[in-house]
This record gives sequence, structure tokens and C-alpha cells, in this order.
Amino acid sequence: MARATVTKREKTNTLRAFLVELAVYAVFVTGYFFLVLHYLSGWLQDLHLNHVKIYALATIVLIIGQAVLLESVTTWLLRLLRGGRSE
Amino acid sequence: MFFPISNSHISPIYLAIIGFLIGVLGGFFGVGGSFIAGPALRAVGLDWNFAVGTDLAHIVGKSVVAAKRHRALGNVDLKLGLIMAVGTMGGAEVGAQLIQMLKRAGNVNSVVSMVSIIIYVSISSFMIWEAWRTLQYQKKRGPRTKVPGTAAKQDESSFSHRTRAIQKFHLWPMISLPASGVKAISLWVIILVSFIGGLFSGFLGGGAGYIRMPMLVYVLGIPTHLAVGTDLFEIIISASYGTFSHAIKGNVDILIALVMHTGAAIGAQIGAISTQYFAGPKIRLAFVPLPLIGAAIVIYTLVTGHKL
Repeated sequence: MARATVTKREKTNTLRAFLVELAVYAVFVTGYFFLVLHYLSGWLQDLHLNHVKIYALATIVLIIGQAVLLESVTTWLLRLLRGGRSE
Repeated sequence: MFFPISNSHISPIYLAIIGFLIGVLGGFFGVGGSFIAGPALRAVGLDWNFAVGTDLAHIVGKSVVAAKRHRALGNVDLKLGLIMAVGTMGGAEVGAQLIQMLKRAGNVNSVVSMVSIIIYVSISSFMIWEAWRTLQYQKKRGPRTKVPGTAAKQDESSFSHRTRAIQKFHLWPMISLPASGVKAISLWVIILVSFIGGLFSGFLGGGAGYIRMPMLVYVLGIPTHLAVGTDLFEIIISASYGTFSHAIKGNVDILIALVMHTGAAIGAQIGAISTQYFAGPKIRLAFVPLPLIGAAIVIYTLVTGHKL
């Protein structure tokens, strides 16, 4: 009985943490992709039209760079909002 | 919002939501989700060549993070991954060339649509069969024998005679994979398996894990946890090559991939956490409608010619 109550409380806490994470992350991401689209759009279009090999390399560097960056952000958010626990 | 590279108008919120859903699927079911990403991009009017190339770029980002985690857990066979990368790159290039050929012939959208419908329906059918078989097996064994991982072990045993036959196929050069527990296997078998995976990846986009994963486990005899980690490691190399190849051919809109990936990053974390609360073959049954949704979107765009 007590165990079930603890599990239920854990689930509620997880859901609450998830909703907070989602809200904080949404604010980060909205700002981030408006910056990305604003600053990179023209440069990437120029590369795509005139320097296709550099564009191809840039696509890989950008997506890997963003993956590493966002993973750090989401892990940091999880730790911050769950008091040091990552899961 | 206007994306100048692919000359398309797509809502960034739509892209982030699609990325989020694919991220959750990846974290929860361990799949790349190209069967949703491709049709979802096609549904908003992106040509198949752009949908395939852009999805490949998006996959690179997802695989880097996931493979890093699996490497830390010791789930990556580097030797196998590097050999497979060679075959996959060859297959991905052939797939990309086929897309180019269809693009020049002017029927890329109809042909890729038809192939994707067949593949997505086949995936769902296989999942129904596999989950049903596992549930039947668990019923026969009774509740006491319901141990996590039973389904995987039963699948392995039912295919193991074929795996052993493949490993006995002596065609020089034979190599060993100590990290995966394989004493000897022909290099050509590994190359063939990875080439087929690469072909699907280059032609339909994504990592093609739906075809490569079963082949790794049932054809090469790689333990499932190592197959997942090695597949992800190998996808980084092959999907990067596929992205480069498609980008040179003008088939990648990296801005769309970047926006999609913002949603995928948080979705993957949530999907992974959710697995703590669900388990068993019923989860795999829950997966069944997803490729069918992809197939339904493709059929809708194919028949009506309308965007969603």
C-alpha cells in the first residue's frame, strides 16, 4: 500500500518535472531556432547555390554540433529540475 | 515560414512537433522513425528527394547522441561497425543514385511513394506477427515464466539454426568478431547485409534500422544490445556519407533538419524515461499503427495530390 503510494507520487513528480522541462525547453528552442533561421538562412542558401561541397560539409558539422549542444542542454535541464538526478 | 533551400513554406512548429514525436519513438521503441518523418515532410509538399536527404541529415544528429550513450555502456562492436559502414555507404550511394535517376525521369514522387507503402505495411505486418507469437508463447509458458527478455530469446532460438548455417558459409576472407561472440563469419555476408540496409537508407531516407536490425540479430547472430549500439555507431558514418552525397545532389534542406532536431532532442529524453513505466510485447503491438500512419499519409498525398 505504502509502496503503491510512493510509486504514484514518483509518477506525479515525473509528470510535473516533464511539463516544466517542456515549458523551459520550448522557450530555449523558440529563441534558438529563430536565431538560427535568421542568421544562417542567407549564408546556407548562398552555399547551397554556389559552393555545394562546402554546403554538404556544413550540413554535417551543423547537425552534429546542434546534437551535442542540445543534448548538453536537455541533460542540464533534467539535472536542474530533478535536483541532481538525470532520470 | 519560408525555407529557401527547398523553396517550401512549412510551419517550424509542425517540424518541431514531428521531430518531437520521432524523438519519443526513438527513445521509447528504439527506432529511427523515418517511416513517419519521410511521409510527414512529403505531406507538407516537400518532394521525396528533399524528404529523403533532409531526413538523413536529421538522423545523423540523433545517432551521435544515442551512439555516445551506447558506447559508454559497452554496447558497440567497433570492428563490425567499421566494416558495416563500408557496405552501407555503397548501398546508400546506389540508393541516392536511384533517387537521382527517378528525379531525372520525373517520377521520383510516385515510385518512392509506392515502395514506401509496401515497406511500411510490411514492417507493421512483421510486428503484428512477432508480437502475437511472443504473446502466444507467454500464454503457453504461463505467468510464472514471464521473464523480461523472453521474447528476444525465443526469437533467437527459432532463427538460430539459420544463423549457424550462415556462419558456416565459408567464403574467404573469414573474420572473427570477439566483441559480439562470433568466432568466424565471411566478410561478404557482413558487406551484403550492410549494403541492403544502406540501399534502403539511401532510397527511403532515415537509418533503415527496420531492415538492418533484424538482419544483424537473425542473419549475423549479433546479441540484440550490441546490435542496437553497433547499428547506431555505423549509422553516424553511413548517414553522414548519405547526407553529404544527397547534399551535393541538392537534396538536403539543412534548415528543416535543424528545426526538426530541436524537437527530437527533448523527445528522445522523454521516450527513454517512459520505458521505465511500460514493457512487453504489448508495447510492440502499440508500435504497429505507426508505420501504417506513415503509409496512410503517403497514400493520401499520392491519391489526392494535396498537402495536409
